[in-house]
Amino acid sequence: MAVSNPRPCGDFRTDYAGDTRLFSDRTHTIGFFFLLALALAVPFVFDGYVVSLMILIGIYGIAALGLNILVGFTGQISLGHAAFFGFGAFSSAWLNTNTGIPVMITIPLAGVMTTAVGMIFGIPAARIKGLYLAIATLAAQFILEDFFARAEWFTGGSAGSLAEIPELFGFTFDSDQRYYYLVLFWVCVSFLLASNLMRSRDGRAFIAVRDHYLSAEVMGINLTKYRILSFGISSFFAGIGGALMGHYLGYVSAESFNILFSVLFLAMIIIGGLGSVAGTLLGTAFIVLLPQFMEFLVALLSGPMPFLIDVQPYIKEMAIGAAIIIFLIFEPDGLIHRWQLIRAYWRLYPFSY
Amino acid sequence: MAAICTNNAFCSIILLVNNANACKIERMTLNSNRSPEAEYVLASENVSLRFGGIKALTDVSFRVRRGETYSIIGMNGAGKTSMLNCISGRYKPQEGEIIYLGKSLKGKSINSRAQLGIGRTFQNLALFGHMSVLDNIMVGRHHLLKNNFLTGSLYWFGARQEELRHRAKVEDIIDFLELQQVRHAQAGTLSYGLRKRVELARAIAIEPELILLDEPMAGMNLEEKEDMARYINDLNAELGMTVIMIEHDMGVVMDISDHVMVLDFGCKIAEGSPEEVMNNDKVKDAYLGKAEDIA
Repeated sequence: MAVSNPRPCGDFRTDYAGDTRLFSDRTHTIGFFFLLALALAVPFVFDGYVVSLMILIGIYGIAALGLNILVGFTGQISLGHAAFFGFGAFSSAWLNTNTGIPVMITIPLAGVMTTAVGMIFGIPAARIKGLYLAIATLAAQFILEDFFARAEWFTGGSAGSLAEIPELFGFTFDSDQRYYYLVLFWVCVSFLLASNLMRSRDGRAFIAVRDHYLSAEVMGINLTKYRILSFGISSFFAGIGGALMGHYLGYVSAESFNILFSVLFLAMIIIGGLGSVAGTLLGTAFIVLLPQFMEFLVALLSGPMPFLIDVQPYIKEMAIGAAIIIFLIFEPDGLIHRWQLIRAYWRLYPFSY
Repeated sequence: MAAICTNNAFCSIILLVNNANACKIERMTLNSNRSPEAEYVLASENVSLRFGGIKALTDVSFRVRRGETYSIIGMNGAGKTSMLNCISGRYKPQEGEIIYLGKSLKGKSINSRAQLGIGRTFQNLALFGHMSVLDNIMVGRHHLLKNNFLTGSLYWFGARQEELRHRAKVEDIIDFLELQQVRHAQAGTLSYGLRKRVELARAIAIEPELILLDEPMAGMNLEEKEDMARYINDLNAELGMTVIMIEHDMGVVMDISDHVMVLDFGCKIAEGSPEEVMNNDKVKDAYLGKAEDIA
């Protein structure tokens, strides 16, 4: 996990604040703002298809960030993340339709509502861990799925519910290009909040609970509180992501938030890097883009190998499964670890360490 | 001399007097003015602990004076760590009470005991392996920090100042234990001796009144042992902490302890100054076997 990140010559720290900055040095800062500028330019440069993929990466990224706080940082496990994601989508739609609160406000409110639900389903974590907790969260997945299908007052039952298009001071986010900026805003906010959390008291407490819960308790950390809190924070981000998804599609249906989707979230954080805020986004991008890439590859190879066209649907699904296995074997610390190795290599060149 | 004396009445005196022994004398005279209750930080009263049919501790009573180093020795399985676990809250004794600063610890959760001022280290390393040394020590300050997940997420509005203030305190501890070289290293990658020291640093960060050390010198070489013994002396002398220590190295125990208690199969068989304990016949029997056993 630990990869050396040597500082460039002349970069001396003269105060403690220097150690806690989000961006460790100038290259890091410049790199970040360069990427941000690129992200802002995407709708002007690319067509709707690329923008819609970016929107998906952003929305799933926010939800996966929540799961990473729970699984990667606190060492708990959840197989019900998609259900929380779905709860966020329904909550926002329901709040907006029934109370008339504008969508821009129901999105964070949906996050708060999902937090409450997540904390209720997180209560078993106070007593059980590992595989047993996984099964307990599986119950959350099925209970919520059933709730979506039957609670017609809340979700519209099997018919689903309509979600309004968000609007801010007369500016409607009605196209992909416009909605992209709303998602980008929430991605920035979510990742900033999570990064801050991880360099302050409660973030450290989460990691302490993960690494050695017995000694964490002796250090004065209330295990029950932090385990349930972790479920709450995780669900908050799932709720935000879900709400954004609902209003993006304009329609929320109960079927889409199944167990497969939950596992996909786990795949995102495993591939991106457990316990890494930035890695979450890399993993999400990987999972979203992999099927597209396979499609592209099949199209490219279908000239010499025409039979590939028939098996294309399988290849897309199988590629995700294969990617997870390959990552677990060869890069269990995720894409972010690979990136850190590349960065260290670049910094230290021509020396090896 | 490091200036991390905290909530300690002797701080100013200690900073003036640079000799550890002189400090002890100074403090003892001060202590004698206090009421007798305050003299004892911890008192165990007839503590018995059972696991099913196994008696881990039977009727163990002892008192620990403020500012002393109190050692618990005994064979493997004698109940030393069980005793520490009763104090830190991991085990709940079926009978008897543990009185800390005049109040019973019964019913106090494990995590609230850090707040009460009880810190401890573990026999088998229990660091947060993936965190840096700095963060490990910062976790020790958990109960002293006020920022939470909300204010922590909005880092720049308050939490930052607090974090940096506590970071400065952590740096004092790093200076005290000479961990400067490794402060950014991942705790899990350090050598055994260093990890033990980081664990001590983390316990000090709690700013405890009473610090429990479970075999602080196990697996160390002579030099590391000497360093650790010096740090433990400084815990008493510089930081005014009371130390309860489990240790197998008799040389160290006899050199740095003020009082020693010997446990054998869960029973207290001797207590007193190191010399008294060394010359106790029961202790000799327990450690060396009785004469008639051989015959």
